[in-house]
Amino acid sequence: MTEKSDLNGSKPIGLRTDVLIVGGGVIGGALGLALAREGLSSIICDPTPVETATAPEFDGRAYAVALASRRMLRALGLWSQIEPDAQEIKDILVSDGRPGEKASGCFLHFDHREIGSEGFGHLVEDRHIRSAVLRAVEKEPLVTYLDGVRVEDWEQTSAWAHAQLSDGERVQARLLVGCDGRASKVAQKAGIDRTTIGYDQVGLVCAVRHEKPHHGVAHEYFLPAGPFAILPLTGNRSSLVWTERADMAETLREASDAVYLAEIRRRFGEFLGQVELDGKRWVYPLNLTVARSFVGPRVALAGDAARGIHPIAGQGMNYGLRDAAALAEVLGDAARLGEDIGSVAVLERYERWRRPDSTAIALATDGINRLFSNDVPVVRAARRFGLWAFGQVGPLRRTAMAFAAGARSDLPRIMLG
Amino acid sequence: MPETAPRIDAEEVEKFEAIAAEWWDPKGKFAPLHKMQPVRLRYLVDQIAAQFGRNPGGPEPFDGLTVVDLGCGGGLLCEPMARLGANVLGVDASHRAISVAQAHAQDMELDIAYRCATVEEVASDGLEAEVVLAMEIVEHLPDPGAFLLDAAKLVKPGGLLIASTLNRNAKSFLSAIVGAEYLLSWLPRGTHDWRKFLTPDELAEKIEAAGLKVVDRKGMVYRPMSDDFALSSSDLSVNYVIMAEKRS
Repeated sequence: MTEKSDLNGSKPIGLRTDVLIVGGGVIGGALGLALAREGLSSIICDPTPVETATAPEFDGRAYAVALASRRMLRALGLWSQIEPDAQEIKDILVSDGRPGEKASGCFLHFDHREIGSEGFGHLVEDRHIRSAVLRAVEKEPLVTYLDGVRVEDWEQTSAWAHAQLSDGERVQARLLVGCDGRASKVAQKAGIDRTTIGYDQVGLVCAVRHEKPHHGVAHEYFLPAGPFAILPLTGNRSSLVWTERADMAETLREASDAVYLAEIRRRFGEFLGQVELDGKRWVYPLNLTVARSFVGPRVALAGDAARGIHPIAGQGMNYGLRDAAALAEVLGDAARLGEDIGSVAVLERYERWRRPDSTAIALATDGINRLFSNDVPVVRAARRFGLWAFGQVGPLRRTAMAFAAGARSDLPRIMLG
Repeated sequence: MPETAPRIDAEEVEKFEAIAAEWWDPKGKFAPLHKMQPVRLRYLVDQIAAQFGRNPGGPEPFDGLTVVDLGCGGGLLCEPMARLGANVLGVDASHRAISVAQAHAQDMELDIAYRCATVEEVASDGLEAEVVLAMEIVEHLPDPGAFLLDAAKLVKPGGLLIASTLNRNAKSFLSAIVGAEYLLSWLPRGTHDWRKFLTPDELAEKIEAAGLKVVDRKGMVYRPMSDDFALSSSDLSVNYVIMAEKRS
C-alpha cells in the first residue's frame, strides 16, 4: 500500500509505494491500473495538470486500438466508457500514388471478414481514452495520481528507488518506471542509451469533417514524401496522419488553414466530398528510437520511453499497452512468489519478453517506410507490383492483418480476453 | 563410542566460502540458481499454500508459519519466504554465506534469523517448523542419510520437508557437469561431484527412512529456447524436487 510512513521514527521518509510511475499518460495510467489488479500499489507523477490533459476541446490526435489492447482496456473496466467514442475499422485500403494523381489501381484491400469477427480494431481520439484512464485511476485506491508534479531527481539504493518531487515530497519505491516518452529523462538518468534513426520526415496530424460517410474504411496512401493515412473517426470525421519531408513541413506548419486544407485536398481526393478542419493541427518530428535496454537497477521503461516507432503501422500505443500489461504481469507474478520486484533478476523477465518484439517492429516499420517514401520510377513500379502481388497471396495477407490487429501468441494474460 | 562420519565436507564449504560475494548476482557464479528461482519458488509457494490452506495471492499468505532453510547460502529462498510472511531461519555451514545473507536481508529491511551451524546443531535445539527446505544441498553432503534424519526431526507433525537436487545418470552428468560447469561456465568447475548425486528413488528412500512420507516429486527441466526452467511430472532426469510430509 502507498502510505505516509515514518517507520524509522526520527527521519521521515515520505511516501512509500511499490512502483513509482513517471509520466501519467495513457500508458502510465494503464500500468497503474494493471498493477492494482495484481495487488501492487503505485504513485503516478505527471507535470501536466489533469484539467489540461483532459480538456474537452478535441485535440486532433487519435490512436488505433488493436484487438489485444481492447481486451486489456475491457479488463481494466475502461472499454465501456471508450466504446461510444470509438470507430471500428472495417476495411483497410493501401495504395500507391502521387499528390494530385489518382491512386494506382494496384492496391491492397484488407477486409476484416478475412480475419474473423473481431476486426482490425478501433480508432479512438486521445482525449477520450485519456479521460477514461484518468477517471479509473482516480477511483482506484491502490493508485495515487499526482498531477502538476515533476520527478526532479532520483537515485537507487540496494532496496529502493528514492525520488524527489517538485512539490517537495519524497517517494520511496521498489521500482521506478519511465513512461515519459521518446525523450525519456528516466532513461537518460539511468544511463540507458538509445538507438535512434532520424527520418528526414515529420508527421502532420489533424482531424477533418467531411461531407460523405467513410463507411469505416481506413486508407493508407504511399506518397513519395511518405505515407498519408485517413483513419475513420465517429461520425463523418477522419483523423489524418500525414508524413512529409521536414523542409516541406516547415512551410505547411506556417501555412494558413486555407492553404493547409488545399494541400490536404490534393492528397485526399474527392471521395469524401467537402472537407474542413476539425480541431488543432499537430506536427511531430518522426524518428525511430529503441532503448538499448528496457531495464536497469530499480528502473524499467515502457511505451515510447522504451521504443518509439514510426506511426505508419499504427502500433505505437498498442505496443505501449503491451509493455504495461507484460510489466504488470511479471511484477505481479514475482510479488506472489515473494520476490523483490525491483531486482534485476525479475526485471530481466520483462526485458526478455518485450525487447525482441520491439526490435522486430522497429525494423519492419523502418523497412516499409524506406520502401514507400521513394519516388524513383523503378522502385515505384516494383512497389506497385509488390503491393498487387502481396494482395493476391491470401495467407501472407492474413498474417500481416493478424499481426496488425495484435493477435500474437506471447500476449500478456490481461490481453487474452 | 563409534566415531561418526563428518556431517559437513570441509572442502565443499571452502568452495562456497570463496564465491559467497556472488550469491545475489544473477549473472555471477550462482546464475543457474537465479534462473531456476521462479520455478522452484512457484513450486514451494503452491505446495506450502495447499498444505496449510493459505491463499497464495493474498497479502503475507505464510503469516504464522515457520520455515527453516537448510543450506540457505546467501538467502535466495529465505527472503521470498519472509516477504510472504513466514518466520524464517536460514542455516548454512559457510560463515561468509551467512554474512552475505544477513547484510542483504538488512538492506531489504527483512527480519530473518540466520545461523552458521550444522543441521545436527539446529536439530538438537529442539526447534520445530511447519516447513523445512533442503534445496540444492544434499549433493554437497558426505552423508545425505544422516542429514535427512536430522532435517526430519525439525519438521512438525503435519509439516513438510521439501528437497531438491540433481539426479545421477548420464544426462545429468552431461548437463550439470559438462554443460553447466565446463561449456556454459554457469558454475565454477568442481562445484559438483557427480558421484555424490542421488537418484529420485534413492533420495525418496532416505527421506522415508527418516520417518517422512513422500507425497510428490517433480522434475525441473531447462528449456534452452526460452532460457528458463519448467516443472515436469515425468522428466526428473536432471534437476528434481521431492516433497515429504510428517504424518502425525
